[in-house]
Amino acid sequence: MADTTKTIEIEVLRYRPEQDKEPFFQTYTVPFEDDWSVLQGLQYIKDDLDGTLSFRWSCRMAICGSCGMMIDGKPRLACRTFLRHYHPNKLRVGPLEHFPIERDLVVVVEDFIRKLESIKPYIIPKEPRKLEQGEYLQTPAQLEQFRQFSGCINCMLCYAACPQYGLDSKFTGPGVLALMHRYNADSRDGGRGERMALGHSEEGFWGCTAVTYCSEVCPKDVDPANAINQNKMGSAIDYFLRFVAPRGAGK
Amino acid sequence: MTRSNAPLVWSLFGAGGVLAALVGPALVFVTGIAVPAGILMSHDLMSYQRMFGFAQSWAGKIIILAVIVLFLWHAALRIFHMLHDFGIHPGVASKLICFGLPFLCTVAAFYWVLPI
Amino acid sequence: MSAQMDKRRPYVRSMNSWWKRDPFFVRYMVMEATSVLVALYAVILLVGLLRLSQGEAAFNGWLGALESGPSILLHVLILVVFLYHLWSWFKVMPKTLPMIFVNGKKLPADTITYTGVLLAVVVNLIVLIILV
Repeated sequence: MADTTKTIEIEVLRYRPEQDKEPFFQTYTVPFEDDWSVLQGLQYIKDDLDGTLSFRWSCRMAICGSCGMMIDGKPRLACRTFLRHYHPNKLRVGPLEHFPIERDLVVVVEDFIRKLESIKPYIIPKEPRKLEQGEYLQTPAQLEQFRQFSGCINCMLCYAACPQYGLDSKFTGPGVLALMHRYNADSRDGGRGERMALGHSEEGFWGCTAVTYCSEVCPKDVDPANAINQNKMGSAIDYFLRFVAPRGAGK
Repeated sequence: MTRSNAPLVWSLFGAGGVLAALVGPALVFVTGIAVPAGILMSHDLMSYQRMFGFAQSWAGKIIILAVIVLFLWHAALRIFHMLHDFGIHPGVASKLICFGLPFLCTVAAFYWVLPI
Repeated sequence: MSAQMDKRRPYVRSMNSWWKRDPFFVRYMVMEATSVLVALYAVILLVGLLRLSQGEAAFNGWLGALESGPSILLHVLILVVFLYHLWSWFKVMPKTLPMIFVNGKKLPADTITYTGVLLAVVVNLIVLIILV
């Protein structure tokens, strides 16, 4: 058994705030099976090699959005990335880029959570309805306007892919702006006006320079770059219309 | 939240980007390669008389202004972003260079083409 | 601050040379950098306009400068850059357009890109044919 077990070297960026001045790479040699994800490799390290290693995880099946990290320089979910793709080479694992490192692979997410709350990521009904009036009806075409953007699992891979967020964290960033668009584009929602003050600002859609890497790394094909950039034309039209039409004429 | 003034330059950026894609390569080939080198086209195409006549017509003026001005503003926004990307963040200096210079060039283009 | 907060010492990483981290970022920066030569070409035309407004001798001087070897080489480079701009402009276009639905299905990104590229090639050819 021991003879046939494959091993892979995993270099993990370590940072223990109470003792390390700055992060450093620590190499672990991990025996693995072909169906092992990077997350399972990290769990092996924590359970059998070094209990001090910290990382976030929960569902192991790409839906909780907890285990986002840089794997060989790419923002990826550790649970849907497999060690066999890197073997026989070693691989490097680090915390998500553009976020401050809390500890080892754990990043500080307060800024993201605060932004997520700020855009009111829930339906603000256009017309309040009583129970006896029945459900809010929606056509398949209306559903398609936002369905894709509703797949976000808040894994923050797109933030690690967004240099504009890294350069200036005042920028609201891809995931949250995509969610803003998701609710604005919902035919049942009437909260667009409340959300668009941020949308029209430099911290909103205009902070994006269309690098588009966010859409490339999204594990749920949300396409934040499209959600953001398709708003620029409307925001620009509204910007100019303010001068010729009464407020509220443009959307 | 302060409303961004980005749409001002962004709309020119977009128009310039479309124009640069639709006619840019053909224009560069004609004015910079084919006519000067005499490949496929005669030197006459850009003779003083022809160009002067072209710039005298309103259609000619509009085409000349559209190409020069929109190309400049298209480039201006990207250079502004690029400075930011390289760590020179938006400020008075970068705005003066990226938007002040194209503004002066725009004024100059109108000033030079209108009297022709 | 609590004792627990005091132990927190979030480490902020540098953004120096961030664009070298990933080939995707390099391609983005190349796309952005096309603007430098687009601006240069606009300035060359602007100088031509100035010389045109100054009379025949001045304009012929500008034409003469265009005929020099270095100028033609420079314009070959500018042409390559404009062709890359053409490609990259329509490569990004699917992200900037609102979603387009045909018979209830979302128009694929590649269809938008290739339609745009085809349109641009045709318009460029029309300009060439008019000028020849």
